[in-house]
This record gives sequence, structure tokens and C-alpha cells, in this order.
Amino acid sequence: MADTIAFKLNDKPVQLDVDGNRPLLWVLRTDLGLTGTKYGCGEGQCGACTVLLDGRAVRSCRTPAASVAGKKIQTIEALSYNGGLHPVQQAFLDEEAFQCGYCTPGMIMSAHALLSTNPAPSDEEIVQHMSGNICRCGTYPRIAAAIHRAAAGEAKK
Amino acid sequence: MTDKLLNAELEQHAVDRLRHLFEVNRRDLFKFLGAGIVVGVCAPTLLSQQSGRGRSSGDATPADIASWLHIGANGKVTVFTGKVEMGQNIRTSLTQQVAEELRTPEASVEMVMGDTDLTPFDMGTFGSRTTPTMGPQLRKAAASAREALVDLAAQRWQVDRAQLSAANGSVTDSKSGKNISYGELTHGEKLVKIIGPDAPVAAASQWHIAGAASPKVNGKAFVTGAHQYTSDITRPGMLYGKVLRPKAFNAKLVSLDSSAAEKMPGVKVVRDGDFVGVAAADSETASTALATIQAQWNAPQQVSEAELFAHLKAPGASANSGNGNRENGSIQAGMASATKTLSQIYTAAYIAHAPLEPRAAVAAWTDNKLTVWTGTQRPFGVREELATAFHVPTDRVRVIVPDTGSAYGGKHTGDAAVEAARLSKATGKPVKLVWTREEEFTWAYFRPAGVIEIKSGVHDDGTLAAWEYHNYNSGPAGIETFYTVANKRIEFHPADSPLRQGSYRGLAATANHFAREVHMDELAQLLKMDSLQFRLKNIADPRLRAVFETAAARFGWSKQQATPGRGFGIAGGFEKNGYIAMCAEVTAGPSGDVKITRVVAAFDCGAVVNPNGLRNQVSGAIVQAIGGALFEAIHFDNGRILNPHFRDYRVPRFRDLPEIQVELLDRKDVPSAGAGETPIVGLAPAVGNAIFSATGVRLRGLPLMAQALPLQSPAR
Repeated sequence: MADTIAFKLNDKPVQLDVDGNRPLLWVLRTDLGLTGTKYGCGEGQCGACTVLLDGRAVRSCRTPAASVAGKKIQTIEALSYNGGLHPVQQAFLDEEAFQCGYCTPGMIMSAHALLSTNPAPSDEEIVQHMSGNICRCGTYPRIAAAIHRAAAGEAKK
Repeated sequence: MTDKLLNAELEQHAVDRLRHLFEVNRRDLFKFLGAGIVVGVCAPTLLSQQSGRGRSSGDATPADIASWLHIGANGKVTVFTGKVEMGQNIRTSLTQQVAEELRTPEASVEMVMGDTDLTPFDMGTFGSRTTPTMGPQLRKAAASAREALVDLAAQRWQVDRAQLSAANGSVTDSKSGKNISYGELTHGEKLVKIIGPDAPVAAASQWHIAGAASPKVNGKAFVTGAHQYTSDITRPGMLYGKVLRPKAFNAKLVSLDSSAAEKMPGVKVVRDGDFVGVAAADSETASTALATIQAQWNAPQQVSEAELFAHLKAPGASANSGNGNRENGSIQAGMASATKTLSQIYTAAYIAHAPLEPRAAVAAWTDNKLTVWTGTQRPFGVREELATAFHVPTDRVRVIVPDTGSAYGGKHTGDAAVEAARLSKATGKPVKLVWTREEEFTWAYFRPAGVIEIKSGVHDDGTLAAWEYHNYNSGPAGIETFYTVANKRIEFHPADSPLRQGSYRGLAATANHFAREVHMDELAQLLKMDSLQFRLKNIADPRLRAVFETAAARFGWSKQQATPGRGFGIAGGFEKNGYIAMCAEVTAGPSGDVKITRVVAAFDCGAVVNPNGLRNQVSGAIVQAIGGALFEAIHFDNGRILNPHFRDYRVPRFRDLPEIQVELLDRKDVPSAGAGETPIVGLAPAVGNAIFSATGVRLRGLPLMAQALPLQSPAR
């Protein structure tokens, strides 16, 4: 029961013959080898699998592959280019806003989505937007600092 | 004896050892790494480490070598240690220490960690042992390697070694100004040195690279998603595995119908005793196949949550009096001399580690040799588990630990590794197995639940007169009181735990600090004394006083006035050679909701190796501790876990975050202690005491928010 699904993945068109009910997470990881997007719970509760769908942060573990047909998907792999880091990635690195790093790609994608619509979020807005992402190592204060740092960097440009 | 003769003798001695190691590992270090200098460090302390599982005789041969360091062409330094990286940042802190003593840039140092074919035996990465044991060993190896390089330069130039100095990856002659890189010096050499545990190293006060903030090694790979955790690894022809789980703990398989799954194309069903698993080309197909399997299980009646604390305390539940028991003076006489006495009971629930990367393994059999990639804190322990499970010698098993998506004490065992290897053996193909979140919450193990009873007496002047302490099941870590009391009895009583339990960050020190520090607060209340002053009156250790005084000063403890619904608490302690004190501010709403608004922590773990990484650990431990303090609890009924999902097992999130201030007391004059665990123990009692201050309600069970919290007047 394969469906042909065409969408834009990290700015490149892709066409796949997959069961449209399969979660996007596993299509990305297993079929396309994009393992930067992580499995944490499969229930939309932890945010480790966060990707951008038309610029909006979604949980890829709860996103059926069929639902992204004709849409734009961005994963962590799209952020860095030519060896350079995206400002949000650079801010995470500068603040060392991670410990084991397993939540980091999902955190960065959620933060990227936030900053795309709100270039200078307040503490309260960061808490509001980011509370769906779990960091079991408890690095939240530095992640918040990284988001502020990325916002400040963008503001200077 | 000249250095040359000494080296020759050492080399002879070492070759035997190396040959022996190679017999075990079937590997030639020089063949693997090329010519150069190798320094190995003996570790007599290794045997004294605790793991709770004992150590296998099969690992005994190379065990007295704790680590290897190789310097080869281009001055590249490769360090081999059985420790593993799982977010505690030791890949970076150990790199700093090697670079410090070797006087070479950090970028030239590569750590090979947790690979049972390449690294020497290591008991495991737990108990905050890396910094106090592996750190000094690697510093000694690096210092010896540096001295050997200076010797080589002296020989080459035929000059007095006293006029030579090592810096920035090279040796310089101060008279002639000649300079030669480590890489050039090692060219063509095959020099081996085995050094003892007493080789000299620089004092922390002389550190340049260690002791300073250093960015995380491979940090870029984590922000780009390029780092490959176990669950990201693929092998050619790899299948994906799933395991059929019983309906309850301790269940026996009665009947099985897997015919539907077996008919599915590309699906292999494996049954071996009560183990039932499937392998398929992708994980969803494996899950679908698993769901078609009809199984009947027979499960015995088991202790449920409602009966837990009575069960743990029941006569006969305790196997024996256990270890950690101490008695000094006379409890009876002490209590008789006290002007006030207090008797209270404290409890702690089972909690889950819930590492964000669930247990995972990739297993592959090649020519009757098994290779398993898995996130574990005990690669050599898991190798043993696999060798036993498959009846093969340990040298036919290789365990490789990629830097892991955290563990917190929860990844001591090789459950996923054994399951993946079983499926791989049956299918003849590599198999990846990643536990689901529900499996992780159910089939891993938990931090032990416990009951703690304290009876105490105090004199009017605020000194302790008697202290009787009984811990049922939670554990002996951190059980000893650090307050001065002449008459004390402290006992740990192991019990028959209804759930599988094991190691957890800080072990029982969290529950023991909670009970002790809440009880101390209750005594202060009884005496109408300030709880900080009451503590200081009973503390002799100046380092413990220092963290309490620092935390209190930064927090403004003496100036704080509780108001209804807003209160302040203080607590602290000593564990794993580290000293911690914390002040917490909370608000408590009429609905019983508690929000921690501010935490100030003071921490002394001796000489600080990497202040940036350390702050991350301390702050992270405080955040993680919020869960166990306020709301984390595993609920269970008759052998079933009732909340095996993040939606009903609440963990700390951004919205739970207080303002956190961490004060590090860097003691250059004291050996560095590990810091992964101790900072977690202070928060729960500080918060419990703050809730009392805000509401007048004394909560004595973890998690605190599980209990009713009628809003009353503030305590002071």
C-alpha cells in the first residue's frame, strides 16, 4: 500500500513510494538516512523529533508521511551549509547549551521556528514555545540563553 | 642507573605485559597506531571500585593497566580509556588533563573511549569516579610521556636534559634555541613505558589548560545532528528488531501464536524460551508483526504501590541488616539527656531515569565474533553479559559505546544488547533494536523506593544529643550524618523490592539527604532556631560550613521573610567527596501547586578541572532534581507500570525552571572530586523546607507534590 509522496526536503524535491501512514520520523531516519532527527518517545511528548513543516515546528513522530505531500520539510541537516553553522546552532555551541546532546537537534529546530516568527522573544515566550521539548540533562537555562544570543546576533545584522 | 638503562628495563618489563594484553585483545598497538611512544598506567585502586555486580575473573589479566596513551607521527596523541561519555563531559575534561601534562594543544589529543577491543578493562562509568581516578591516571601517563620525549630530545641532541623544556607539542633547547616536535621525536620509535600510580604531576595551582573553561570536544557534531548515537548506527543488510513484552513482571509464557507474523514477507520470528522477538526490514514492519502475535502469560500476584511502604518495612522483607550500619555512644542515654525529642518517617517513591535516548543496540555476528554498539555505562560488564548469554569467550565479543544520550545510572545493564544479539544470531544479519519509551519506562530499572525513620534528641543550646536512623530499601549511600552527634545508630535494611531497582545518579544519597535535612529543619523549628544557625552549630567540617555560608550569603538567607504562599528553605550535605548547600525559594498555590522560583547552590568538589562543564553539570543536576523532588513517581499495580509515558510521568520542562545561581568554591589545594552526582542531593530537602516555610505544612514524602497541601499560614 505504498503511496507516492512528493515534497521539498531541505530545499530539494524528493519523491518517495512509502506507506503514507508511516510517521515522517521513520521515513527521514530509515529511508532517507537523516538521523539528526531523534526518536525520544513516539508520542509527541518530548520534542526530540522536531522538524519544520512549512516553517512551523512539528513533531515528526506524529506526522504521517502522506500529510507532508506538497509541503516543505526542514531538518537539522539543512541548517548548516558549506561547513558554516546557522546562527541558532552557533549560539547553542557558544553557550554550550547541551550535555549529552540527544535533545539538541529538536531544541534547535524548535528555537529556529520561534525566532523565525518572533525575532526577539521574551523569557516567558521562550518558556511557552519550548516547553514541549524535554532536556533530561536539565540544560534549559543555557538553551534559553542560546535563544537570546541568537536573537541578539540577528538583531545586529 | 641512567635514564637509558631504566627505560630499557621498563621496556622489557612492559613488553611482557603488552604481549599478554594482546593475547587477550588480539591486537598490536603499534600495528594499529604506527610507531611512537606508549605509556600505560597501573591502577591498583581499580579493584576497590564498587559496581554491585562483582568483577569477572576473565577480565582480571589486563586489569591493572587502567589506560594507555600513544604519541605518534604528527604529534597526534591517542588516549585509551574504558570510561564512556554520556553528557557528563569527561571526553573534554580528560582531554584537558592530558593536554595539560603533555604540554600539547587539546586539538592534538583524541580520546578512544568505551571500546572493549581497544581500551583497557574498566569497571564502568559511575559513582563519580572518572575525575578522582581516571583524571590523575591520565595526567600521570601524560607527564611520563612528556618526560620520555624530553629524554629522546636529549639523546638526539646529546645535551643535558635540564636545559630542555616541553611546550606546545614540542621540545626546545634553551641554549641553542633548537626546537623539535613530538611527532618528529617519536618517528621510528617503539618505546613502551609502564608507570606506577605515583608518578609526579603538576599541582592544580600550576594548571594552564586544565582548570579553565574549555569547549566541549566534538561540540559541533552535536549542534549539526552529525553525531551518531547507537540508535543512529546502520550496518549493511541490517534488520530492525522488536521484542514481545510480558503483560506483567515475572510472567511466564503459557501459549504463543505467531503464525500471522511469520506469514508477513521479510519478517523473522524468534522464540527462545520465554523470549519472543521479531526482525524485519524496518522498525514499523517489526512493530506491526509484533502486534499480530497472540500470547498468553501467567503472572503471579505482586505487591502494588498502595502496599509498598508497609511491604518494605515488613519483618522478613529484609534479607539481613545490610551494610552501612554504625553505632556510637548510647542512643538511650542520648535521648534521656535531650530536652526535646522528635520521631518522624520519610518516604521516597520509585523514579525512572528516562534518558532521552532509550536503550538501544546494534548487534552483528561475523565469523562467530559478536560486535555490539550500545549505550551503556559498563561496556566490559555488558561484554560479560553477552559472553555468558551466548556461551562464548569474552574475547569473541566486542562492545563499542558511542557517546550516549545520557544514562544517569540507568544504563548499567546490557538488556537491549542481549536482545539485539539474539535476533542477529537467529537472522544471520546485523540487527538494530531501540526500546520504545514505554519499554524504557517499564523494563529498565528504577531508583529504589524507601522508608526512612529518624528518632532524634536535641539540647536547648541547639546541639544534637541523639540520632537514630533506619533506612529501608532506599540504600546506604549518603546515610552517614555529617552533623556532630555523640550518640548515634545508623542502619540500612535491604528489602525485597517489588520492582527491579538499581543505580541512579546520586543513589540513595538523595533520599537520605532529604530525610536528614528535613528532619534537621523540623528540629530547628522545635527549638525555634534559625535552620542555618542550627546546622552550623552542629557542623565541624570547615568545607561543609563554607558551602552553607556561601549559599546563604548569596541567597540573602538572613534577610528573607516568608509570607503566605511564599517561603524559603535551606539544605546541604556531603557525598562522593563533594560538598553542596542549596537555598530555595518557592511559591505554593492554594491548589497545592508548587513552583520553585529561585535556587542558589554552593558546591566544592576540590580543584575544578573545567568550570564551564562543571557549571553545566551542577545546574543540570538541580533541574533534574526538580522532578524527583516535586512530581516524578512510578505508579504500579500488581506487576504493571501504570504511567509508562511522558504524558503521565511528568519530568522537568522549561516551565518548571527556577532562576539558578551556582557558586563554585574552587579548592586548588584539594584533589578534584567527581561532580556528576552530589549536586543532585540538596534540592529536594531545600524545597521541602521552603514549602513548610511558605505554608506551615510539613511534607515528608518524595515527590512532594503527590501530597495534599492545604494552604496555611507561613511558618515564620
